[in-house]
Amino acid sequence: MLRYVIRRISAMLPVAFVAITTCFFIIRLAPGGPFDRERTLPPTIKANMLAAYDMDQPLWVQYFRYIGRLLHGDLGPSMVNQTFSVNEMIALGFPFTATLGLSAFVLATTAGILAGTISALNQNKWPDYLLVLFVMVGVVVPNFLTAHLMQLVFGVYLRWLPAAGYSPGSLLHLIMPVIVLGLAHAARVSRLMRGSMIEVLGTNYVRTARAKGLGERLVIARHALRPALMPVVSYLGPGLSYLLTGSLVVEQVFGLPGIGKYFISAALNRDYGLVLGTVILYIFIILVLNLLVDLVYALLDPKVRYS
Amino acid sequence: MKIHQVIKAAIAASAIALMMSSAALAVTLNLHNGSEPRTLDPAKQNGNWEDRVISDMIEGMMTIDNKGNVINGQAASYEVSEDGLTYTFKIRNDAVWSDGTPVTAKDFVTGLERLLNPATAATYASLAYFIEGAQDYNTAPEEGKPAKDPSMIGIKAIDDKTVQYKLRGPTPYFLSALIHPSMYPVPSHKVAEFGEDWSKPENIIGNGAYKVTEFVPGSHAISVKNDKYYDAANVKIDDIKYFFIDDTSAALALYRSGGLDIMSDLPTDQLQLIKDQFPGQAPLTPILSVYYYEFNQTDPVLKDPEIRKALSTTINRLAITDQILASGVKPQYSWVPPGIGNYEGGQYTPDWQPDGSSPEAFEADYAKLVADAKAVMESKGYTADNKLKLTLRYNANPDHERIAIAVASMWDAINVSIELVKSDSAGPHYTALEQGDFQIGRSGWGLDFNDPQNMLELLLTGAKQADGTISWGNNHGRYSNPKYDELIAAAGKELDLVKRSGLMHEAEKLALDEFAAAPIYTYVTKWVVSPKISGYVPNPLERHFVRYMSKAE
Repeated sequence: MLRYVIRRISAMLPVAFVAITTCFFIIRLAPGGPFDRERTLPPTIKANMLAAYDMDQPLWVQYFRYIGRLLHGDLGPSMVNQTFSVNEMIALGFPFTATLGLSAFVLATTAGILAGTISALNQNKWPDYLLVLFVMVGVVVPNFLTAHLMQLVFGVYLRWLPAAGYSPGSLLHLIMPVIVLGLAHAARVSRLMRGSMIEVLGTNYVRTARAKGLGERLVIARHALRPALMPVVSYLGPGLSYLLTGSLVVEQVFGLPGIGKYFISAALNRDYGLVLGTVILYIFIILVLNLLVDLVYALLDPKVRYS
Repeated sequence: MKIHQVIKAAIAASAIALMMSSAALAVTLNLHNGSEPRTLDPAKQNGNWEDRVISDMIEGMMTIDNKGNVINGQAASYEVSEDGLTYTFKIRNDAVWSDGTPVTAKDFVTGLERLLNPATAATYASLAYFIEGAQDYNTAPEEGKPAKDPSMIGIKAIDDKTVQYKLRGPTPYFLSALIHPSMYPVPSHKVAEFGEDWSKPENIIGNGAYKVTEFVPGSHAISVKNDKYYDAANVKIDDIKYFFIDDTSAALALYRSGGLDIMSDLPTDQLQLIKDQFPGQAPLTPILSVYYYEFNQTDPVLKDPEIRKALSTTINRLAITDQILASGVKPQYSWVPPGIGNYEGGQYTPDWQPDGSSPEAFEADYAKLVADAKAVMESKGYTADNKLKLTLRYNANPDHERIAIAVASMWDAINVSIELVKSDSAGPHYTALEQGDFQIGRSGWGLDFNDPQNMLELLLTGAKQADGTISWGNNHGRYSNPKYDELIAAAGKELDLVKRSGLMHEAEKLALDEFAAAPIYTYVTKWVVSPKISGYVPNPLERHFVRYMSKAE
């Protein structure tokens, strides 16, 4: 197991390196630069700014300096935000994005598994139809629409929850964002769960368990649930990385302090430092989660062994 | 529950209630700030989303009242030399930083030196170029040469409380320029202690009415009243929460739910809803700014003023402001926006300006302009079968796009076929304009200070650089007329305000009669202010300090 993990990690490093290098050069191919303003800067001032960020050096020098700093764990300065370095912005923003993403993940996964199981057990009866409808809505309606609708209903008309904004430590401000973010995830999980549960319920060993006279609850909990979870588990890795990296819209619409919205604004502002910083973070998240999912497989499926 | 437990609970509950009621006494202003400030360092600030937080915290030598008039800030008094080149300020004796340290002349000197130091890389450094030696000091020394001596800058601490500025030429707008954040003092003792980190939220202090106590990136900042401020007795709002919300629809939802007292921007597509639900809360008054189209005058076709005239006169400005945008903006035909200070005499009105008194009169005048322009184009060989092909550049934004499409259709009537070229954001768009890589381009300018010079400078011939190239600055269209340059230079030396205005009027007329650019509309303020707030007065600079506001619960 340990050898497998080490082997996987050593394979991850070249992938990360290639991704970082590609990204470093691609973002610089985009027209414009971080110091383009609505107002033309006098040449002396532009020269001062380029010098302050090493950008008066040849590109390869900048690249090696960047990689050198990166090996020391320093993501460098943001070229637009002058108050915080990229490390600081990630350190301040990521815990929030992670809280948001993980809360949505836990709630939505639980809700999805439950809904999927109920659906499967009541196949083609009204609870199933109702849940399938809900799932369709969750998958089809884009989250910016749900976000604005919830904002209007619960924030503006009913005034039960704050319409937008954030206050440190306040759970109320998180309720709508977590629901909006988790909705699509819950819907996908429940669809997978319903399908695989229906399949598992038709297998011989479930029939055997029932034939032994076991109660329905025991059959589901002990015999059907675990194998039925397999497809869900393989979706959880990409699902979680989607929740952690896809909070952009939710953060924007609710005015929340995560890093998701930095990603787009950094790309538009040509803030090379911040674009690379967020990309590196996302690469890291995705690689680690993929590894974790493979390890969870081994725990759930006795047929999978790593050595 | 036993009886003593009940009493205990009652005591606890009343204590909590008491705490809550005293907390409720603090008046908090919930202010939508738009984008997040990228810095709190006045030397490095770039826009009003930074200015709002900075200017509630740091005060310049001069400041403004709530109507936008320039008044003494940290200055107790000032004297101007007869030649208008030397300004000597006395700092107020009760001016202190929020940590209790007195504000000294050194703080102003350090502030200006930091602004102009090439290592600070301040974008607004050029604003101070009217000060003697400023431009020279801001130009980085050639490689291998030692750093320049800051004493070359025309600012001097005569004593602890006296600051003297020496200017390159008489600058009638000098006092208005001092209200710009880039000219603010900095706490030199904090700069000495923390270096560039002095402006981090945890280190920063101010000499103004408020000080930042909490800064959550991506979310908000909180400033609380500074009791050491000299006018603290008249400051009525205790705390300000600045909301960093870029999405104006989200901000509007929060405003509608009562979570905001003021919005500093609004979603223009929901303006009607705001007008219906919150009548009178969006004043939509003009601010000092212009939306305009630039003509690249190095282009073989567009260097012909008759073509530029045909293009400019056939932009139906009224249709753009009233039908296409319908966001309260006003048509503009002059170069210098209306409502500006230091500009004696009437506003420039071109002789071709359509009669705006009634829709019928306007339509008749406009139809004639189109007919005339079409005749001119046809005389140059551009007919319906052989249209003049031009490109129009703009940056991604629904309003810019709608205007560009509308103008293209207006020009179609005079045998001009437009190809639209769009950049994904403002940066690359303006870089293309700067490099002259366009024929017609959309542009906008908000004035930094209330003086026509700030607008007229945009059309000056570019300055020759050491390497022989010409730096055109913000004159992307490369309009160049030696007579215009002379007039602006003469205005720069003129001490008499009326004569100076005369020279500037002459310059404005010269440039617009040659159709140097096509002004389209004057922006209006997008502030939305709850009726609970008093002390807010719309002003053309669109700068509003919270120290003048109060809030009724």
